[in-house]
Amino acid sequence: MLKLFPRREAQGRRRHAAAPGVLFLVLLLWAWGPAPLQAADAPDPFAGVVEAQLPNSLKVLILKESRAPLISLQVWYKVGSRNEDFGKTGISHLTEHLMFRGTARYGAKVFSREVQKAGGTDNAFTGRDYTAYFENGPKTELKRWLEMEADRMKGLSVTPEGFNTEKKVVLEERRLRTDDDPVSYLLEETRAAAFTAHPYHWPVIGWFHDIESITREDFLKYYHRYYQPNNCTVVVAGDVDPQEALKLVEATFGQLAQGPEPPQVTAVEPRQYGERRVTVRREAQLPYVVMLYHVPNWRQPDAYPLELLSRVLSQGRSSRLYQRLVYQDRLALEAGADYDFDTADPTVFTLYGQPLPGKSAAQLEAALNREIKRLQTELVSATELQKAKNQVQASFYMSLDSLFYRGMILGRLATVARWDLVREFIPKILQVTPEDLRRVARDYLKEDNRTVGVLVPIKTDKPVVERFRPGGQVE
Amino acid sequence: MSRQPGLRRGIWPVGVGILALALLCGWALAAEAPQAPIQVLGERRELPNGLVWLFSEAHELPLVTMQLLVKGGLLQEPAEKAGLANLTAQLLLSGTQKRSATTIAQELDFLGAKLSASGGADFATVSLTVLKKDLDRGLDLFQDVVLNPAFAPGEIRRKVTQLKAALKSEEDEPGVVAVREFDRELYGPFPYGRPVRGTAAGLSAITRQDLAVFHRRYWRPNNAILVLVGDLSREEAEKCVTQTFGAWAPGPLAPPKLPPIPPLNEPRVAVVDKDLTQANIVLGSLGIARANPDFYAFQVMNYIFGGGGFSSRLMDHIRENRGLAYSVASSFSPGLEPGPFSVVLETKNASAGEAVSLVLTEMERMRAQPVTGQELADARSYLIGSFPRRMDSMAKRAGLLGYVECYGLGLDYPWRYPELIQHLTPADIQRVAEKYLHPDRYLLVVVGKKSAMPSFAGGASPRKEEEKKDEEKK
Repeated sequence: MLKLFPRREAQGRRRHAAAPGVLFLVLLLWAWGPAPLQAADAPDPFAGVVEAQLPNSLKVLILKESRAPLISLQVWYKVGSRNEDFGKTGISHLTEHLMFRGTARYGAKVFSREVQKAGGTDNAFTGRDYTAYFENGPKTELKRWLEMEADRMKGLSVTPEGFNTEKKVVLEERRLRTDDDPVSYLLEETRAAAFTAHPYHWPVIGWFHDIESITREDFLKYYHRYYQPNNCTVVVAGDVDPQEALKLVEATFGQLAQGPEPPQVTAVEPRQYGERRVTVRREAQLPYVVMLYHVPNWRQPDAYPLELLSRVLSQGRSSRLYQRLVYQDRLALEAGADYDFDTADPTVFTLYGQPLPGKSAAQLEAALNREIKRLQTELVSATELQKAKNQVQASFYMSLDSLFYRGMILGRLATVARWDLVREFIPKILQVTPEDLRRVARDYLKEDNRTVGVLVPIKTDKPVVERFRPGGQVE
Repeated sequence: MSRQPGLRRGIWPVGVGILALALLCGWALAAEAPQAPIQVLGERRELPNGLVWLFSEAHELPLVTMQLLVKGGLLQEPAEKAGLANLTAQLLLSGTQKRSATTIAQELDFLGAKLSASGGADFATVSLTVLKKDLDRGLDLFQDVVLNPAFAPGEIRRKVTQLKAALKSEEDEPGVVAVREFDRELYGPFPYGRPVRGTAAGLSAITRQDLAVFHRRYWRPNNAILVLVGDLSREEAEKCVTQTFGAWAPGPLAPPKLPPIPPLNEPRVAVVDKDLTQANIVLGSLGIARANPDFYAFQVMNYIFGGGGFSSRLMDHIRENRGLAYSVASSFSPGLEPGPFSVVLETKNASAGEAVSLVLTEMERMRAQPVTGQELADARSYLIGSFPRRMDSMAKRAGLLGYVECYGLGLDYPWRYPELIQHLTPADIQRVAEKYLHPDRYLLVVVGKKSAMPSFAGGASPRKEEEKKDEEKK
């Protein structure tokens, strides 16, 4: 199933590497929980997690997994676009980029090269609630990578030239991801309308002019405020002896002084009284429709039925939106639903779709409304609910095929919630009833509680390809 | 450039188990130890009907993953039916003689299983991942969709409408537009010049009869490879394969008749004018086939030039030193036939000329000067040291097994690989750079806002560009 928002949710440093958004919501939302009921013989993959807190308040999670002589080291900071201010948006993501500009010990460009030399790969990504750095590769590199990561938590040295060059890179990234992509642009605008008081209002990458105007001094202040052991979780997953790995973390990260507590985010999005609508008119081939409903997150029991609701609507080709809108009615090229279960603050339940040529955004919107109405009036059948539950469980095992994903589950949950939530997820999913689904559909998927965004393509001529060859021919 | 899904460096699926652990440990030593005993990725067997199947045990998770590769891709489809190979593959999931499309979707989703089918340049692929406990039901579905597709007229219409809409929607992705134009211009009538999904005209020309014939001709056991990785014993695997595909009838096969790839004897430029903030640039020429013995030197050369992420020269000069692009990379996509070699980057319209000049300068430098010993050592150690990550999950292991069989590399390939890379010298790298990088005859495609960009008319350096302008006036 296409997971639309995750794809666009986090910004990475490098394009072709991890595309973290996809990785993980796909994974996280699918991937919780201890062993499903019917597979009682399979071991709980998270049974052996070793958890520690160092005297400087750094959190450590170690997961032994010995299929191959490989590790994934992940350093998760509890800072993301949620922690930013108006006028300085994008500073979390810019900081993530600058973390590769070198320290006194490991100069600019050295970091990634050292990792690659050993056959490893490194990258980083920024989301609304976190910024994370990782190295994947041979287990023999753990000590060196821990030293390098601990070193740059406090020891970053960025020259004014390096700062300006990296800003240019990030501006190119913004042009690439959002400004030249009409659907991304629509999502950004719609979300900005849905959130008025909470910092989920702005995109992770930040507004163009904000990025342009952030100064090196702004960055240094931000870096010193949030890059502290007491604001960080280190995850080591792979072929390690947990006690030895813990000693290595103590010998490196453990030597850093605890910093002042970073300021808390206190903003709360107020209740919405009435539908908001956003229109984007841009050069595009097809319209697009997106609907955002404010909903609770993992902190509320309603999160579990909401999670299943998103699967009933859009996981697999037998899901309701695919069957009705894509398959039977031939109304949409794609249509889906998405829910962010694990976030620091409550976010949104999303429905989206792209009409086929010849169909209108209004027709698609009406069809999405009909599906919501159905969920509010009729009970989901026992078979359909069981199917969604089976999908949760099967997807769990499938996602665990990757060591990196296993580390990500721990790191992300420890940063936005608590890591052992992973053990509660499946049991709580299995308790959800058809009545629960109808109730949450009635309580949250209400017109007054939503923001609708529509992309209206403006007409353009078909682009002309001009070809040049020596000899003065223009074809 | 996204042909051959699953058969490309970097996107091979991943895999493992106790066997794999042992293999990988052995691997880690292999670089230094003299001759380790012969190690293999898995087993290779063949059914009487010609189906080659490969198997690797992995008991860590209660899962089984299967991949069927069929030599029925772009290379096998006629130009006027562009999209036929992919459409044939995709329609497998849209109904069989005994199951409707909806029934297939419901059965799969109830198991939480994943089944997909897609076309490619060289091969079409059908993949299944299923919980071990559901294996029998998964195999029944797998067999049914591969052997008994219905190609119902209503389903064909539906899928064609979707594919055409997807092609249209992709016109909003400037990077896709640029690569498409590049492929079309580089390959002319040769099949690699066409998108795997086909074209609107090609899709309109496809009949039910075309699909049935294409399926009957190419979807044959003696034209396919089956890979199994997962929580199975060898005996169970053999039983699965025999039960599922033992009765599949072989058929006569003929190699495709391919038109020649047109020569590229000068700099050629195509500009697509769109209202964008960035110029999306693709620059390159013809690369190599996977079977070309230059593959390994090419791989190292490409890593140093633009394939090695932050260790590459292009990334260093264009992004790290100048901030001109978020992403810049070179790649070569060797298939059964020579794939393209290209540099892809995006930069604000105004910087497009500077970026193109830098790429050409770096190309020239790769040819003119040998790479340094340090660059070569770093590239070798990355390529060798990262190999274990190419097989560290079930999915990746399945992909690697299919890859080594498709391209005839042998099941001991991972353990021979260091040897193939280790002996390369700076002179080897320079030789392939001279042979395959051509700063004087290349194809440049730019999708961006023409009024905000410099003129590219045949331009390597600004001076040359002027000359070309003059020529154009004549």
